[in-house]
Amino acid sequence: MKAMNWLAGACLAVAALSVQADGLRGTGDLGIVVERARGSLQLVDTSKKSVLSRIEGLGDLSHASAVFSRDARYAYVFGRDGGLTKVDLLTGKIVKRVIQSGNSIGGAISQDGRFIAAANYTPGGVKIFDAETLELVVDIPAWSDELQAASKVVGLEDAVGNVFAFSLFEAGEIWVADLSENPKRPKITKFKNIGREPYDALVSPDGRWYIAGLFGEDGVAVLDLWNLEKGVKRALPDYGRGQEKLPVYKMPHLETWAVSGNLAFIPGVGRHEVVIVNMETWEKVGVIPVAGQPVFVMARPDGRQLWVNFAFPHYDTVQVIDVPTRKIVHTMKPGRAVLHMEFTPRGEHVWVSVRDANRVDVYETRNFTKLTEMPAENPSGIFFTWRAHRFGL
Amino acid sequence: MPASRQQELTHFVRQECGFCHGLRLTGGLGTPLTREALKDKDFDGLVATILHGRPGTAMPGWQPHLTEKEAEWIVRNLQKGFPE
Repeated sequence: MKAMNWLAGACLAVAALSVQADGLRGTGDLGIVVERARGSLQLVDTSKKSVLSRIEGLGDLSHASAVFSRDARYAYVFGRDGGLTKVDLLTGKIVKRVIQSGNSIGGAISQDGRFIAAANYTPGGVKIFDAETLELVVDIPAWSDELQAASKVVGLEDAVGNVFAFSLFEAGEIWVADLSENPKRPKITKFKNIGREPYDALVSPDGRWYIAGLFGEDGVAVLDLWNLEKGVKRALPDYGRGQEKLPVYKMPHLETWAVSGNLAFIPGVGRHEVVIVNMETWEKVGVIPVAGQPVFVMARPDGRQLWVNFAFPHYDTVQVIDVPTRKIVHTMKPGRAVLHMEFTPRGEHVWVSVRDANRVDVYETRNFTKLTEMPAENPSGIFFTWRAHRFGL
Repeated sequence: MPASRQQELTHFVRQECGFCHGLRLTGGLGTPLTREALKDKDFDGLVATILHGRPGTAMPGWQPHLTEKEAEWIVRNLQKGFPE
């Protein structure tokens, strides 16, 4: 009898354990979809291609972006209203939320995952937070003596060596904050006269090159983060709006500069073209005509395809470019206001947000078949956890 | 102006202008477009900015996509606090 009781108890324990084991899961196939007007996120599963839950209460999410902790469990969401929200993807709950400025544009996470940096318009500068607690570690106002004012900070990127690099829109400067020695007093290196109105930037996938796009003039500013003493160089003199200053209906995004081999593919500014750049010589080596002014030019992880979306009024369209032939191999019209596209970790699927249609579509990238769609309220950015382990994302 | 077009313009301002000026029009890379920010600004100047852009800044001209009447409707509503 005693033995029977023991056996029953053991069986119960095993049953309890298996329930718990069933409840465990990884986060490598999780992600978030930003519902910009509602101020909420949808927590999504890219294996099941489904929505797990909705997370509410994130404030003004126009132009929201997100980074992930190095364990890929937490998302840090940067909102327009200066809100920085830490979300637990496993529980689907907000862990912590701070209003860190009046007006923010985005942020980054440090190489070691210990620090979150937010880029702010008002007051212009960068604030760095402890990733665990969201407590302020250091405030770096983007003050310029020449202007006697703080500049809006754009193009904040993380790079090798626990470094954050960012650009000052009004002042035309690039600053590099090095947190490797003393995070509370980062070593700041300033580069002046880098060009007029840097508006966005990116770091190359190896974390070495910081490239800022310029709105006020043609060309880009290039900084070699391995060799800061060499300073900022100008490149691509014929990249930009040109003499006639074409109207640009939506600022192109550089963060996801698509790289394939030694070529980078970047959105033309004001022009209906994707620009091909040789990354060894920093020269423009060609253009691919497309349906409108590109906003995002995203390379599938294997680099064989580029998916491109467009600014108003061509924002209902997505085009796919085959990289080896540089030809458009597919054009689709998912509907008004395709705002973002995100590949699954190895790129077999792409998720596309269609704002006005209140829909997220999932496509098979090899044959462009639509696999499923799910309702979402005015969806904009889509961010999957593979970003946790990349520079500059 | 028909109510349906007014609705489209409201959506257009909130969403398209919102990329630079914020969904709540509180500003971003572009200046704030709230009632407080615009109420004392010159009406015709604002209409011209919408239609022709502002040289030396990122503000493009929207003339190919908006009529003068529509730009006036937008400015009138921005100056009294834009509808949701």
